[in-house]
Amino acid sequence: MKRAIAGSLESNDVLITVKESNCLNITVKSIVYDFFHREIEKVIRDTLAELGIDKIDVVCEDKGALDYTIKARLLVAIARMEGQK
Amino acid sequence: MKNSIGRFVPQQFKPFVSSSDYNNHKRKLIDEKKRTDGFTMLQSVSDMFDKLNITDGMTLSFHHHLRNGDFVLNAVAEEIKRRDIKNLKLAPSSIFPSNAILVELMENGNVTDIYTDYVNGPVAEAISKGKLKGMCVMHTHGGRPMAIESGELHIDVAILATPTVDAKGNGTGFIGKSACGSMGYAESDLRYADKVVLVTDNMVDSIESPQLDGSYVDYVLKVDAIGDPNGIVSGTTRITKDPVGLKIARDTTALLDELGMIKEGLSMQTGAGGTSLAVAYYVKQRMLEKGIRGSFASGGITGYFTDMLEENLFDELFDVQCFDLKAVQSIGKNPRHHAMSGSRYANPFDDNVVDKLDFVILGATEIDLDFNVNVTTDSHGKIMGGSGGHSDTAHGAKVTVITTNLIKSRLPIIKEKVTTVTTPGEDVDVLVTERGIAINPRRTDLLEKVKNSKLPVFTMQQLLEKAHSITGQPDTLKLSDQPVGVVVYRDGTVIDTLYKTN
Repeated sequence: MKRAIAGSLESNDVLITVKESNCLNITVKSIVYDFFHREIEKVIRDTLAELGIDKIDVVCEDKGALDYTIKARLLVAIARMEGQK
Repeated sequence: MKNSIGRFVPQQFKPFVSSSDYNNHKRKLIDEKKRTDGFTMLQSVSDMFDKLNITDGMTLSFHHHLRNGDFVLNAVAEEIKRRDIKNLKLAPSSIFPSNAILVELMENGNVTDIYTDYVNGPVAEAISKGKLKGMCVMHTHGGRPMAIESGELHIDVAILATPTVDAKGNGTGFIGKSACGSMGYAESDLRYADKVVLVTDNMVDSIESPQLDGSYVDYVLKVDAIGDPNGIVSGTTRITKDPVGLKIARDTTALLDELGMIKEGLSMQTGAGGTSLAVAYYVKQRMLEKGIRGSFASGGITGYFTDMLEENLFDELFDVQCFDLKAVQSIGKNPRHHAMSGSRYANPFDDNVVDKLDFVILGATEIDLDFNVNVTTDSHGKIMGGSGGHSDTAHGAKVTVITTNLIKSRLPIIKEKVTTVTTPGEDVDVLVTERGIAINPRRTDLLEKVKNSKLPVFTMQQLLEKAHSITGQPDTLKLSDQPVGVVVYRDGTVIDTLYKTN
C-alpha cells in the first residue's frame, strides 16, 4: 500500500502522512486542537476536494502550522505518494 | 464575588480593586524574630525535623535562588515523605521542574497548600489537575515579602539554602562552590519566620558584609552539596538570534527613543529572555551613540548589565537575583553592584526600587483588548509560570512595555480577554510585536509623543484583527468552575482565580 509523508514536527510546522485507502479518513492531532481543529480539518478537506480525491487516509500531526503550510505539506505528501510505483 | 475587573474571587479572599489601592492602606508589620543567643548546628535533615519538631500542619518556606539546581527543597521533601507528615503548607518563592517530588507529596496529602510566585514543570501540571487538597496561592515577588512581614503568610520554619555561612551564622550567596549571587528572596523569610535554618555546603570563619544577618538564624545544617552548579545559573544568557525577536527589540528601542526614554540618568529593567536581552543590547548601542549614562538597572541581573556597569553606562545595579555566572562574579567584586531584598525590590509598602524605574521590558503569554497580561497560565488555563516581578515592575515603572510575537504556533497572543489576569491593564502601557505597536489609550501622553513618528502604531483591536487574518478565528474555550488556586496581586487582593484543567 502506498504511503508518503511531508513536513516535520518542528514548531509552526506539521507532519502529514497519507496512505491509500478505500474510504476517506482524516485524523487531526494538534497542539492548538481546542482552538483550530475545525479550521485544520477544513483546509485538509478543501485541498482534497480541489484535487478530486475522496478516498485517502490523512494523518495530520500539527505543531501550530498556518493553513498554507498545512496545504503545502498535504500537496507534497500526496504528490510523493502518487509518484511511487 | 467578582473583583473590579470582573474576575471571580473565592469567598475567603479579598477582591482586587486597583493597582494603586494599596495607597489607601497602612503597612502592617509583625515583630522580627531576632535571636540573642547563638545558633545550633544540626547533624542531618532528619535531625532538623527532630530538633525543630516539624509536624503536621506547619508552614515551611524556601527560596529559589538555586533554581533548577536546588537540592534543599527536595531533601526536605524526601524527609516529609519518609515521615509521612500531613497537611503541610509549603512556601517556596518559586518552583521548578527539578522539584517534581512535590507531586507525590500533594497526592499523598503531605502537602495541601502551596504559596509561590512562580511554578512550572510537573508541579504546575499537578496543581492544574487539582491535586492540592487546598489552594495554590500565587504571589508576586513584591507581594510575597508584604504577605510575610504582615503576618498574612505565617512561616513556622524557613529552610534557606545558603552557599556560604560563617561562624556567627551570617550567610552569603556571593561565594562558595554553590554560589548563586544575590539572595534577595530569602530576606523576609529570614526576618519573620518563627525559626530559621540555613543549609550550607561551605562554612568559613567570617563573611564581609553578609546579605543574611546571622542574628536571625536559629540553626545551621552543613551538607555535602546544596545544589548542582549547572542548574543554579546559566553559563551565559544570550540575546536572541531569531529575526522576529530582533525586529521586536529594534522597534522597542526606536519607540523608547521616540518617547524620550533613552536619556541621561535613565533607569531600566528587562527580563533575561532572548528578546528582552536584545532590547538591552540595542538600548546600549543607542546610549553609546548619544554618549549618555544611566542611573541604575535592576531586577534579576545578567552579564549584559554587569558589562554595562563596567563600561560606566550605569551608576549602579540593584540585584535581587543573579541570572548568570557573570552576574554572580560581579556582585562580590564591583561595589556599585548591590544586592537587594525582595522587599526593597518590589514590596508596595517599602521604599522600593520598582517605583523609581523609568521603563521595564516584560513578556506576555497573552494580552487582551484591555491590556491585561497573562504570564501565569497558557491559553488552556494550565499553570506554567507566574508573575514573579511582572506586576510589581509594571506598576512601578513610568513606562511598561510588553514585547512578544503577535502569533506563537498559530495562537494569537492578543485575546479579547486573557485566560488569566496576572498584571492589570491599567499598568500596561505599550505592546510591541513584529507586526505593529499598540499603546494603551489611557496613555494619551505617549500617544501624543508618537503621533508624528514613523512607528507602526495601531490599536489593540487592529492588531487582534491582523492576527486573526493570519491564523483564523480561534474557538473560545470554557474553563471549569473548580478553583485550584488564586493569583494574588502585590497588595494581597485576588486579581484572578486558577481553575482545574484536564
